Amino acid sequence: MSRGTATDLVYLIAIIGFVLALKGLSSPRHARTGNLVGAAGMLVAVGWTFSLPEVYSHTRNLVLMIVAIAIGAAIAVPAARLVKMTAMPQMVAIFNGVGGGAAALVSVTEFISLPGKTLAIYKICEILFGVLVGSVSFAGSAVAFAKLQELMTGRPITYPGQQLINAGIAVAIVALVGVTIATASTPVLVVVLVLSLVLGAIFVLPIGGADTPVLISLLNAFTGLAVAASGFTLDSTLLIVAGTLVGASGTLLTRMMSQAMGRSLPNILFSAFGSVVTAGEGPGTEGRSVRAGTAEDIGVLLAYARKVAIVPGYGLAVAQAQHTARELADALAARGVEVYYAIHPVAGRMPGHMNVLLAEANVPYDQLEEMDEANSEMGTTDVALVVGANDTVNPAAKNTPGSPIYGMPIINADDAENIVFLKRSMRPGFAGIDNELLYDPKTTMLFGDAKDSLSKLVAAVKAA
Amino acid sequence: MIASAGPGIMGFITVFVLAAFVGYEVISKVPSVLHTPLMSGSNAIHGIILVGTMVVMGEAHGAAQLTLGFLAVLLATLNVVGGFVVTDRMLEMFKAKPTDRKAAAQAKRGGGEGTGS
Repeated sequence: MSRGTATDLVYLIAIIGFVLALKGLSSPRHARTGNLVGAAGMLVAVGWTFSLPEVYSHTRNLVLMIVAIAIGAAIAVPAARLVKMTAMPQMVAIFNGVGGGAAALVSVTEFISLPGKTLAIYKICEILFGVLVGSVSFAGSAVAFAKLQELMTGRPITYPGQQLINAGIAVAIVALVGVTIATASTPVLVVVLVLSLVLGAIFVLPIGGADTPVLISLLNAFTGLAVAASGFTLDSTLLIVAGTLVGASGTLLTRMMSQAMGRSLPNILFSAFGSVVTAGEGPGTEGRSVRAGTAEDIGVLLAYARKVAIVPGYGLAVAQAQHTARELADALAARGVEVYYAIHPVAGRMPGHMNVLLAEANVPYDQLEEMDEANSEMGTTDVALVVGANDTVNPAAKNTPGSPIYGMPIINADDAENIVFLKRSMRPGFAGIDNELLYDPKTTMLFGDAKDSLSKLVAAVKAA
Repeated sequence: MIASAGPGIMGFITVFVLAAFVGYEVISKVPSVLHTPLMSGSNAIHGIILVGTMVVMGEAHGAAQLTLGFLAVLLATLNVVGGFVVTDRMLEMFKAKPTDRKAAAQAKRGGGEGTGS
C-alpha cells in the first residue's frame, strides 16, 4: 500500500469518527461516547499527519510546529478545565473563533506561498472564501466572547447609519474580491482580510446577549465552511468533509436553536435594527410596587403547598445554587409536597444549561419537565418558585407585541396560584426588558443571592 | 485516466456536496438539552484545520510564512483541544443517574457545599 493510500485510509477512519461523533452527540445516551469517538478520530488524523514528508522534512519547521502545539495545548486544557459552568458559552465562542482564524491564516499562507500567476481562478476563489468566512467567524466570535464575558455591554449596539455602513463594507469586500481574482495581488487580499474582520465584528454588535448562543452556533457553521474552503485549497478530502459536516449540521442546529426560542434566524440576526426604541419600554411599570416577603413566610407557603414548580434560570447558574435547589426539593418532598423543575429550553445562557447544572446536583431526571409538559401542569401548581429566571417567564412574550421577546415560548409561571421570585434585584433580565409578572399581586419577591435565599428557604421549610 | 484539473476539483465538489447531505441528515432530531454540547462538539471537529495548518507550516519558507504558519498551528490547537475538553466537561453532567436512594443520601450529606466540579 502506498503512503498516499495509507494516508487516505487513516483520514477516512477519522472522518467516520467525526460522523459517528455527531450522531452520538445528538442523543443523550451516546453523547459522551460520541465526543470521545470524535476526539479519537482527531488524534488518529493529527498523529498520522506527523508521518507526512511535507510535515517533517524541515526540522526547524517541525520543531516550531511542536512548540506551537504545546503552547496551544498548555493554554487550552487549563482554560477549558477550570472555566466555570456559567462561562461555557464564551469558551465555545472563543475556541470557535480561533478555528476560523486558523482557517483564514491557512488560506492566506497558501496564497503567499504559491506564485500568483500559476493560480487557477477557482483556487483564488477558494482562498478568498476561506479568508473571508474565517475572518468573519474569528472577529464575530471575539465580539460574542466580549459580550458574554461582560467585557462590553450585552445589549444590542446600534448607531445611526448602521445598515448603510455594513452594506458599504460588504460591497467594498465584494469589489476587492473581484480585484483579487483579477490581479492575484497580496496587498489587496490583506485588505479583504482586514475588512472581513471589521464585517464580522459589526455583524455581531447589534445582536443582544440573550441571542448570542444562536449566533455562536451560526459562527460555528461558518468556521466549518471556512475549514472546508481550506480543504479545497490544500486538496484535502479530510478537511473538506469534516468542515462541511460541521457547516451543514451547524446550520441545521442553528435553525433548531432559534426555533427553540420561537424566533426565526433573520429575526435574531437583524431585529435590533430599528427596534431599539421599543426595547425596554414596559407599559408604565415605573413606580409600581412589588411585594417582598421574608424567607419564613415563603417557607410556610412552600411547606403547605401540594405542588411546587421550581423554575430555574441564569441566576441559579451564577450563584451555583443547584445543590441547594435540590436540597430544598428534597426537604419539600420529605413533607409530601410534589416538586418538579420547569425547564425552559433556553434558560441560562445556553440551551440545556439548566439540565446540565441540575444533573450535576443529581436531580432525578423524572423531576425535570420540559416547557410544554411543565406548562400543562402549571395550572394545578400552587407555587411557582422562580430562581434567578426572568425573561423565560415574562408574559410580555405572550401579551406585548413589539417586545423584543414577543413570540418566544415561555414557562407560564403566571398560571400558578402563587409566584415566588428569588432575584438579586429588580434589574431586568438579559433581554433588558421589564417583567410585568414581578408586579403581579400573586407574586412575592425574595431578594438576594439565589443560593443564600434557597438555604434560608430550606431552613424555613424544615422549621415550618 | 484523464490527467487534467477538471476531474480533481469535480471530485472534491462531489465530496463536498455529499458531506453536506450527511452533515444535515446525521443530526436529524436533537433534544434541546443537547444543543449546546452538540455545538461545542462540532466546534471541536472543525479543529481538523490543525492538519491543514501542520501541512502549511511544514512547507513554509521564509519568516512571513513561518510566522503565519506558527500562529495558525497555535490557534488550531486551541480549537481542537479546547473544543473537546469543554464538550467533555459539559457531557460529564449527563452521567448515568445514580439510584434515587443513593442520590438522596448524597444530597443529605453534602448538598450544601458549592459545586461538585
